[in-house]
Amino acid sequence: MSVINFAGRDLLGLEGMSRDEITTILDTATTFSEVLRRDVKKVPTLRGKSVVTMFFENSTRTRSSFEAAGKYMSADVINISGSTSSATKGESLKDTFLTLQALTADLVVMRTPHSGACHQAAEWVNIPVVNAGDGTHEHPTQGLLDLMTLRDAKGSLEGLTVAIVGDIAHSRVARSNIWGLHAMGANVRLVGPSTLLPADADRLPVTVFTDLHAGLEGADVVNVLRLQLERQARALFPTEREYSRLFGVTKSALRVAKPDVLVMHPGPMNRGLEIGGDVPDLPQSLIEKQVTNGVAVRMAVLYLLLGAEG
Amino acid sequence: MAETQVMDAGEVRRALTRIAHEIVEKNKGTERVVLVGILRRGEPLAARLAEIISRIGEGDVLFGAVDIALYRDDYSVRHAAARTTRVPFDITGKTVVLVDDVLFTGRSVRAGIAALMDLGRPASVQLAVVVDRGHRELPIRADFVGKNLPTSRSERVNVHLSELDGGEDGVFIEKPEAAL
Repeated sequence: MSVINFAGRDLLGLEGMSRDEITTILDTATTFSEVLRRDVKKVPTLRGKSVVTMFFENSTRTRSSFEAAGKYMSADVINISGSTSSATKGESLKDTFLTLQALTADLVVMRTPHSGACHQAAEWVNIPVVNAGDGTHEHPTQGLLDLMTLRDAKGSLEGLTVAIVGDIAHSRVARSNIWGLHAMGANVRLVGPSTLLPADADRLPVTVFTDLHAGLEGADVVNVLRLQLERQARALFPTEREYSRLFGVTKSALRVAKPDVLVMHPGPMNRGLEIGGDVPDLPQSLIEKQVTNGVAVRMAVLYLLLGAEG
Repeated sequence: MAETQVMDAGEVRRALTRIAHEIVEKNKGTERVVLVGILRRGEPLAARLAEIISRIGEGDVLFGAVDIALYRDDYSVRHAAARTTRVPFDITGKTVVLVDDVLFTGRSVRAGIAALMDLGRPASVQLAVVVDRGHRELPIRADFVGKNLPTSRSERVNVHLSELDGGEDGVFIEKPEAAL
């Protein structure tokens, strides 16, 4: 494998990224896990660099894990939330970005409800832009931390069968997982009611299942997604109760998967709805590891993007 | 590329054996001594010194490896791949012998010391290197030196170690193309 230099690049999505690129990020993230296990979780690497996080949507784990990642590496982290920014005074996104650049930010992390807005912003400024979730498009650092967590657990991603279950149409996490898993040689299944499957599923490197039993049969990994009720304009399934009965990933639904099946969930979870109330606490649940690895992955992304060229 | 061999496998082995004895002598035993190699080449060197110290009957010495990519002072001008620090013991109160292949500007050692300080508070830090090639840019010196090697700043000194490079151990000086 060749190590890839990411200096000065943006991280907008996993679509189109190569296996070597992803492996470079995962390997770097794995080395940073060691820093997170120390008594003193601080290294001086990014001293003097400033990272701005700009979130136009609510977030607990993503924003705080970017902030922790920056701080553990001694960067100065400035957090801007949509509701406190000048966007509420009518400033355009472009002017906001140009202002951040003029304030000598070295990297901007953005979450936005608008698919594609991060790509647009990256064209306006010449500092790296990291997509922390854009609408229903991509959430690359979540995809990377899922890949890292799975690779840690299984040793390799090659040939694994991963079932992504739930509200895939509205899920940027699903898209980043699909492209990342595909690049790493895993087989991806999408499982959900047809109203929650993406309209362009035939363009994606996946197999589609509208029956939970068939979709979980023989799976190595089940990645459960939340019902994104805030993005669903109209009723796409009759009742939550019915959804839960047909597509809830419960202990008994998992019986058809491999005996050592691993369970993931990007959070926030609705226990008892898309995932059985006791499933997150099973020994094969990777959900807590996902959160810890999220910090390591974001440290790696900051380290690589802010690094030296050449 | 013009490479001249300046130490062969036997010389490297004898140098490490002497350094191991010197570490024991200077510290009057090994009771509080631990060895930490600077990645990558310092790691197998630390392991070898621990093995020699054990073989000469001076006890089992703990050894580990520290990555300095996160502590370099040239992060903004040079791309360095980060590696994993493995120091699975507490260094607080210990005499830490930092081990590296070549001592040159002293900047790697400065970074290595900074990395150690984040892991604990050693009682003291000593430095062991296979080759000291001069041209220090910082007030740093080695306590244990395999060979003092006068070089010009434009030359490269390559230490081949069987664990990482295969083949036989050896130390080589590489002259830049322009000097041919």
